[in-house]
Amino acid sequence: MPDNLLVIEDLHTHFDTPQGVIKAVDGVDLEVGGGEILGLVGESGSGKSITGFSILGLLDAPGRVARGSIRFKGEELVGASPERLRTIRGREIAMIFQDPMMTLNPVLRIDTQMIEAIRAHESLSEKAARTRCAEALERVGIPSPEERLNAYPHQFSGGMRQRVAIAIALLHRPALVIADEPTTALDVTIQAQIIHEVQLLCAQAGTAMIWITHDLAIVDSLADRIAVMYGGRIVENGPAADVIASPSHPYTRGLLDSVPSRNRRGSRLAQIPGMTPSPLNLPAGCAFQPRCSRATEACTAPPPPREFGDGHSVRCMHPLEQAA
Amino acid sequence: MSSDQPILETRGLSKQFARRPDLAERIAAVFGAAFDARSVRAVDDVSLSVSRGEVLGLVGESGCGKSTLGRMIAGILPPSSGDILYNGSDIRTHAVPGTAPADLAVQMVFQDPMSSLNPRKRVLDIIGEAPRVHGIVSAADSDQYVAELLHQVGLDASYRRRYPHQFSGGQRQRINIARALAVKPAFLVCDEAVAALDVSIQAQVLNLFMDLREAFDLTYLFISHDLGVVEHLSDRVAIMYLGRIVETAPTDALYRDPNHPYTRALLQEVPRVGAGRRRFTPVKGEIPSPLNPPAGCHFHPRCPQATARCRNEAPALREIAPQRFSACHLNTDS
Repeated sequence: MPDNLLVIEDLHTHFDTPQGVIKAVDGVDLEVGGGEILGLVGESGSGKSITGFSILGLLDAPGRVARGSIRFKGEELVGASPERLRTIRGREIAMIFQDPMMTLNPVLRIDTQMIEAIRAHESLSEKAARTRCAEALERVGIPSPEERLNAYPHQFSGGMRQRVAIAIALLHRPALVIADEPTTALDVTIQAQIIHEVQLLCAQAGTAMIWITHDLAIVDSLADRIAVMYGGRIVENGPAADVIASPSHPYTRGLLDSVPSRNRRGSRLAQIPGMTPSPLNLPAGCAFQPRCSRATEACTAPPPPREFGDGHSVRCMHPLEQAA
Repeated sequence: MSSDQPILETRGLSKQFARRPDLAERIAAVFGAAFDARSVRAVDDVSLSVSRGEVLGLVGESGCGKSTLGRMIAGILPPSSGDILYNGSDIRTHAVPGTAPADLAVQMVFQDPMSSLNPRKRVLDIIGEAPRVHGIVSAADSDQYVAELLHQVGLDASYRRRYPHQFSGGQRQRINIARALAVKPAFLVCDEAVAALDVSIQAQVLNLFMDLREAFDLTYLFISHDLGVVEHLSDRVAIMYLGRIVETAPTDALYRDPNHPYTRALLQEVPRVGAGRRRFTPVKGEIPSPLNPPAGCHFHPRCPQATARCRNEAPALREIAPQRFSACHLNTDS
């Protein structure tokens, strides 16, 4: 599809450590269309955050993109100059992090930080920039935005701080927002408020989004499409309703079955045996094979992608039956 | 003792944290300046009872006092006022620390499996120290005792010479559980015990909790912000908001027909797998600061049904149906 906003092909992100090469991302293919919300789901160490960082060129040493291509609006981002990346970051692609205390500078007032973010990409008078900031804060539901601009990050609650971070991310109306577990640190009622506002803002501005999370329930209520990651690879990718209703990869199925509210109360939860493999020493072939009840000899070879039509694909030698 | 006596009961339990004046304020006080002695009522007049063998889920958002309540029940934190009764007797009547029956019988499992294990000790010492000190096992049998405990929580007994950093998060939480079980408790306070774990590991640890409950006839106070986890595990649920219990009910009844507006808001806002795409209709506002809680019902500034009475008068926890309690004026007004 040529009209896709972001196309990732065969992305490999490696970390060279004294213990060996950590293949955090090991052959990821991903596409995000304009205005689409993609839920990128996986457990810790599955490579979901590193995929997000790779797109923005935010990898810390010794991390590097070893192979593959990331094309944004047709432009190749792998190997792009740092100057070019800097003009894209914030303006075209923005990021929201898990911990808003880490994104905001604790010793600078909110207005200083927001105005700096605006003027990094646009030549605007201080006064005009300030007005834009107040509007942005108002859009994310911060009361009396004019006053709050003069506050420091510690004077905000966790939920409010995340709203400020979201306001900053949306300042330049980016085409794509990468949100890395933005509500994990928040309470249930605050989480619902943030999801509500992000849904509205993205729908209004037609912003595409990659929502990285470990929580299947959130992506189910938010995303158009779900991609499930395991051991650095996308094991299943498809329309959200399809993936939840009839998961095809045994890992997706196992994840869904281990959610407590889907089990009968008091009964034993269906559990996936074993634990996530160390990225230093991934099993050969399918990374899930040692924990999988359907694994056979054939699974020691890398499974080829299988398409079911309607954009639902899976990487498994023995996928589960698709509901007709 | 009769079987219907609760294993654990709190009566009017409160905890206040007061700020101590710093040096400048103490000097100012010498010259007659008034000290602004604000205190936080973290737990405010909580009366709860837990029956033998029951799992009571305690749900609330951050800052509501659920952990403080759990710590007081576990005997880690002294209450400011009120009583905690274990098998009908006050846990503080024993003058010598460590001699009360509740001291060993009530144990705690903490949230963060890394910071709650001493990184410089081997698993053998982490688990084995308390039973040795309390004379449950002799030093000679300690090694064998720890091996058995590790086996019971699903870890290989050969791991007992390792250090905490050599384990994954899920395994560390199992060590934490083994440490709590080492002194043969009857009651476990689990404070967000699975919150830090991945979904697939969380399921394993939840299953372990259920197996242990059966094997050792344990009673749990299961503190969590995750309504799905609490629904799965608990027999009864208590909902907490800003230091007060606002509703308690058997799990099925609470999830089917929540009474308190806060409970309803909480349940509405939990994203659920299988519900499909939807628009959230969140409650307005934030959790108020416990330094300066709203008068009357603490929830009234965010409650869509609040009346003048809610702003002035704090509602008491009343029985609205058998076994169901709710602290809301709407139940008595109509």
